[in-house]
This record gives sequence, structure tokens and C-alpha cells, in this order.
Amino acid sequence: MRNTRLIARLDVKGPNLIKGVHLEGLRVIGLPNEYAHSYYLQGADELIYIDCVASLYGRNNLDDIVLKAAQDVFIPMTVGGGVRSIEDVTHLLRCGADKVAVNTAAVRNPQLISDISRRFGSQCMVLSIEAKRVGLGRWEAFTDNGREETGLDVIDWVKRGVDLGAGEILLTSVDQEGTRKGFDLDLIKAVTNEVSVPVIASGGMGTTKHLVDAVHLGGADAVAMADILHFRRSTIGEIRQGACAAGVHARRVRHD
Amino acid sequence: MKFARVPVQPASMPEESDMIKVSVIDYGMGNMRSVSRALEHCGAKVEITSEPSAILGADRVVLPGVGAFVAGMSALKHRELDEVVRKVAGAGTPLLGICLGMQMLMEESEEFGLTLGLGLIQGRVVEIPASTPAGQLLKRPHIGWNELLLPSHGKTWEGSLLEDTPVGDAMYFVHSFMADPTLPEDRLADCLYGGIPIAATIKHDNVMGCQFHPEKSGASGLEILRAFLRRP
Repeated sequence: MRNTRLIARLDVKGPNLIKGVHLEGLRVIGLPNEYAHSYYLQGADELIYIDCVASLYGRNNLDDIVLKAAQDVFIPMTVGGGVRSIEDVTHLLRCGADKVAVNTAAVRNPQLISDISRRFGSQCMVLSIEAKRVGLGRWEAFTDNGREETGLDVIDWVKRGVDLGAGEILLTSVDQEGTRKGFDLDLIKAVTNEVSVPVIASGGMGTTKHLVDAVHLGGADAVAMADILHFRRSTIGEIRQGACAAGVHARRVRHD
Repeated sequence: MKFARVPVQPASMPEESDMIKVSVIDYGMGNMRSVSRALEHCGAKVEITSEPSAILGADRVVLPGVGAFVAGMSALKHRELDEVVRKVAGAGTPLLGICLGMQMLMEESEEFGLTLGLGLIQGRVVEIPASTPAGQLLKRPHIGWNELLLPSHGKTWEGSLLEDTPVGDAMYFVHSFMADPTLPEDRLADCLYGGIPIAATIKHDNVMGCQFHPEKSGASGLEILRAFLRRP
């Protein structure tokens, strides 16, 4: 039985950790690395950093934040937002990232998925998808925090991305994001049914029950959470304990 | 009545001359920063280097690495560091290979045809099987947290790199190939992937290897690095 990964997601704008609703109406929470370090100490399995305005400016500003995080965070880190080239990936990995998440640049140039995967291994290439429900059992992929439509059907895009070499899918439901109302289980199920690579469910986690549903009903391999942690409504330790009690298989965490 | 003199509390940071000196071998493959930072966090004085004299003069040597076996070995050879690593092993200095660094300690690898390794631990590096014994497909690479278990020979971890690690502690793995040591006693810990035992930690005298990344395995991984710094 695989261990479900509990991932803390940090959306960053400039120097600040932010949180929105439906990826919009961004509110400043604090300094990203203070939160990152506390999530590491709480026993997070991984961290995801997303520079949520990078695509607008055409570059990722997270290198400095990741460089500092790597000083005292000893778990895998995924970094996304504005990753557009092999050079960008090389640079972020040197700063201490373990994987990169790519959305906009992959939509514009799907070949980038293959290039990253071949150069650094598929485990390094996370395809990030912002999905909006457009009908019964249908979702469209968006970019730029759910603002720009791509015309791509999410299921088709995921399958193509995996064929091109994506090693993991970060699946964010724009509809659920920031609502605390739970994940889009139909979306997660539709994607996990189609691909064999790990799927990270993101967007909507308000309670531990939502995580349990994403895993048991949706088939998610990992769960990304933000709001529930940033506003200190729960800790990763409490969530882990609750998830394990509900039958989710997750690692036992020791503390330094 | 006289009180015994209370010794002055040692400062939290030991004197630099007392710190264990670790060379992390830089051969141009992968992220050296994470492992060197983790070792520093555990109290070591770390140098990322490809300088033979520095490597040979260190108290501990770490061979990190991410990527393909062929690329790793040719990068080592290109810098003539393969011989340096063999000298380190021969001198009895504790040597720790991590991930690809562990695989390169073996005699040879089947990745992209047969490639010779450093030959410090007997056995071959083979691909993780594509399916479980029950015929279920196995996802590769093997990514994520997996638990360390005692191998079937049942030797405990006392006095080893894992002396402070409880059986069942999970570590972070990312790999598609695995070491298959010839001598069963060279396997210190296994993990199970789809029911298949994978050599997670190997050891032969002063030569040790971790298939997982202790520098990315949280407090559990740091405990292993501390044991590496402490063990003679």
C-alpha cells in the first residue's frame, strides 16, 4: 500500500504568501518561509511553491525563497509558476527544488514536457492543471490563475501530458479552490481513472474528511492543502492523525 | 563544604576544529546543496569538492547523485574521481553513497546496457521489475515515502547507520533501478515496493549506501546522517 502524501501548498506573490478564492482575490498571509518551516516541523511530506503571478511577468521569482527554504527544510520541494525552459528548471533545481510544476508554458509548447522529462527524469516534471467545470463530467484547462482559457479538455490534456513524459499531475480545481467545501471528486476520479502517474488533488480542502474522500473516493495519491493550514484551522499532525484513523495509509512521522 | 566545580556548558556550536569534516563529492551530477545543508544541520563541517586531496583528507565522504548510471560513472571517471573514491574506501574512511551514488558503489549496472561501477560492494544494479509477483503493473520510478524493514537475514541495525532508526520508519525514495547485492549480509535494510524487496540501505565494512534521500526524509533522514557522522 502506498503512503498518501500530505503536501503543504504555498502560493506566493512577490515576497508574500497569499491565498485567494477560486485562485483570485488574493489575500496576503505572511512570509512564505516562516510558514514553510512550520509545515516542515509539523511533518509535511512535501512542499509545493507556486509563483502565482509569474506567468504575467514571464519569470519565476521563487529562486531566492527556495534557496532560503532549502537551508532548513529537509523534505522534497516542488516549484512552479513561470517555468518556461530547461534553463529555468536547471536554475530552480540548483536552488534546492526537487521537481518543477509547469502549466502555461506546457500548454503553449507541449514539447517542453518531453524536454524536461528527458533531461531531468519524469519524476521531476509535474504537469500543473487548473481545471474548471464546463459541463457534466467535462472540465477545461485554464492558465493564469484560472483566467485564461486554453480550449483543452482536461482529460485529453492529462493523457497527452503523461504520454509526453509528465511524471505527476498537480490537479487544481478552480471551482473548489479557496472554498473549504471539499475537492471536486468527479474531476479527481476522472483523471486518476485515465493515468497511471501520481495525481495530487488540490483545491477545496476544508476538513480532514475532504482528504479522506479525495483518497478513498477520488483515488488521489497525494493531497495539497493551503487554506486549512495558513489560517491555522488545523495542523498537518492533526490532519495526518485524522486521516490515518479513517483508514488512509500515511507515513508515521518522527520529529527532530 | 566545597562545591565541585560545575563545568562550563559547551556552546551549542562545537569548536570548528572539533567538527567532523565531510567531503561531498562534486562531479557535476545533481543537487549537492541539499545534502551538504542537511549534514551541516547535523553539526558537520562540509565541503563540496572535486579536489582529491580534500576528499582523501576528510573524516567522512559522501557520494551523492541523481540521474543515469552511465552518465554518473563517466562524470566520475572524467574527473578521475573513481580512483579517489576507491582510495577512500580502501583507507577505511566512512563512505556514504546516496541514490545514484549508492548504485555506483556496486560492480555493474544494467541501465542502458552493462556499465561497470566502482565495485566496492559485490552485486549488480537492476531495473525495478515492471510488475508485482501477482502480475500487477508497478509504477516506475518508485517515488514517495516507504518504510525501512529488516531484510530476511534478520540482522538488527545495532551499531550501524540505522542504529537510531525504528523499524518501519519511512524515507523518501525516487528511483527506477535498484541495487542487488550478492552477499545477503550486505543488505542492511529493505523496503517493499509492490511486494518486491528493494535494497534500501547497504553496507560492507566502511562502505555504505542509501537508495533513499536522507537529506529529503525529514527528521528520520537527519537521524541517519547523524549516525553516519557519529559512527567510527
